[in-house]
Amino acid sequence: MFEAIAFYLFATLITVMFTITVMTSQALYALTAMAAGMIFISAFFFILGADFLGAIQIIVYTGAVMAIYAFGMMFFDTTRNVIEKRSNPRFVIVLGAFAAVLVVFIVLAPIVTTNLEAHYPIDLAVGNTQAIGMVLFTKYLVPFELAAIMLLVAMIAGIVLAGKKMDKSLTLMAEEEIALMHASSVSETLEEGAH
Amino acid sequence: MDMAFIIETIVKIVVILLVFSALAGLGTYFERKVLAFMQRRLGPMHVGPFGLLQVAADGIKLFTKEDIIPQNVVKPIFKIAPVITAATAFMASAAIPFWPQFTAFGYTVHPIVADVNIGILYVLGVMAIGLYGPLLGGMASANKFSLISAARSAAVFISYEVISGLSLLAPLMMVGSLSLVDINNYQAGGIGNWIVWSQPVAFILFWIAAFAETGRTPFHLVANDHEIIDGFGTEYSGMRWGLFFIGEYANMFFISFVIAIIFLGGFGDGTIAGAFQLLLKVAFFFFFFLWTRAAWPDVRPDQLMWLCWKVLMPIAVINVVITGLVMMF
Repeated sequence: MFEAIAFYLFATLITVMFTITVMTSQALYALTAMAAGMIFISAFFFILGADFLGAIQIIVYTGAVMAIYAFGMMFFDTTRNVIEKRSNPRFVIVLGAFAAVLVVFIVLAPIVTTNLEAHYPIDLAVGNTQAIGMVLFTKYLVPFELAAIMLLVAMIAGIVLAGKKMDKSLTLMAEEEIALMHASSVSETLEEGAH
Repeated sequence: MDMAFIIETIVKIVVILLVFSALAGLGTYFERKVLAFMQRRLGPMHVGPFGLLQVAADGIKLFTKEDIIPQNVVKPIFKIAPVITAATAFMASAAIPFWPQFTAFGYTVHPIVADVNIGILYVLGVMAIGLYGPLLGGMASANKFSLISAARSAAVFISYEVISGLSLLAPLMMVGSLSLVDINNYQAGGIGNWIVWSQPVAFILFWIAAFAETGRTPFHLVANDHEIIDGFGTEYSGMRWGLFFIGEYANMFFISFVIAIIFLGGFGDGTIAGAFQLLLKVAFFFFFFLWTRAAWPDVRPDQLMWLCWKVLMPIAVINVVITGLVMMF
């Protein structure tokens, strides 16, 4: 009974949260609702007895949404509504609804006729965390390593993009030096433009 | 699920809430006294004996003060932000074993609300959500200083989270379990079995990360009084501000419990002596939070990020690799 109550409670909460995320025109509401929705999803893992995945869901998504907040802070005045340009709202609604139905169809089509059964049923002798480790390092080793390589590539790319003037610290420089640096970079771009 | 279990859990939750809310209040008193003695002052003296009732006076003031919500703030977010900080601090405590199990009136009590087998991940994860409080409060406040504080809290969060996770990895590899009870039992053999002796580097790193996690002085840049007023708390008043405070102090106590359990043997073999030793260890770590506040200056945000990413993270990774090699051969 408790499981059913928890399931319906969190299902409703998640749906409401992500609806707010999509519908609102206030950046702070959208971000907060998304963070809440992501954290509420972890409840499903806990209900299903997958404690490890539940905790990982919380840890990963608090950090990830935190990074989106940082972008939100840079791009918007988060205390005001974002004025969206809606040239053809009906078209957007029809397309959005169609995409949503399509996604549901794609996910459900292969499994709607079959009776779902666990490929790797819970082994009570082995703990939850160990079971994930076993599956991850045997059956799913290649996808796991590929994901690791992808993250490494993304990390190196991030460092290369962001690390251009890493040897200089704006905080430690005097005002004149910063002005000089800006002037020289501006003249450089001008010269490049002239060539 | 039987009724006795539900009642027991509710009783435990209420006890933890009451004890740690009260301790958070007393924590402010200890902090003021310790800071005062270290700066050759007397601290609170006038309300009650040795100023002990100062806590009650502060409480009355916080509860009865007018709750001001400024005009341009984003109201729902502004209102919910302090609740997030306080609530997540107490939610995180659900997986902390505060005391060895004991038998009272023929009934065995486990002083842990939810003995999940991924305890430490849960505690750290939920504590991490607590940083949403300063972030949301700062962003919703329509105040430049609050916004700076919110930006800093995002930067601090992303930096320290890596250190606390990586530094814990090495001891967890040795124990082979994520449950705080298992970690405690691994060190039940006495002082020679404490993980701090085999993982001193991880201990120091996690301790540093704990300061960033609770936002205490060397890394107090989220609400640095002399730069950005009170940061995210600038626009808050009354009990909403008090909730931020309770959250911060409860977090200090809970992280002290976590450090003591993971690295310093916890409650040992589960006797009463072991339990009181745990309380002593927690008291030491709490005192250390206050001590650093009196003795150390604050670092700049860029210095914190430099420290976390360029110094502590490589050390933590090397520590994990060496631990792995030693365990393999």
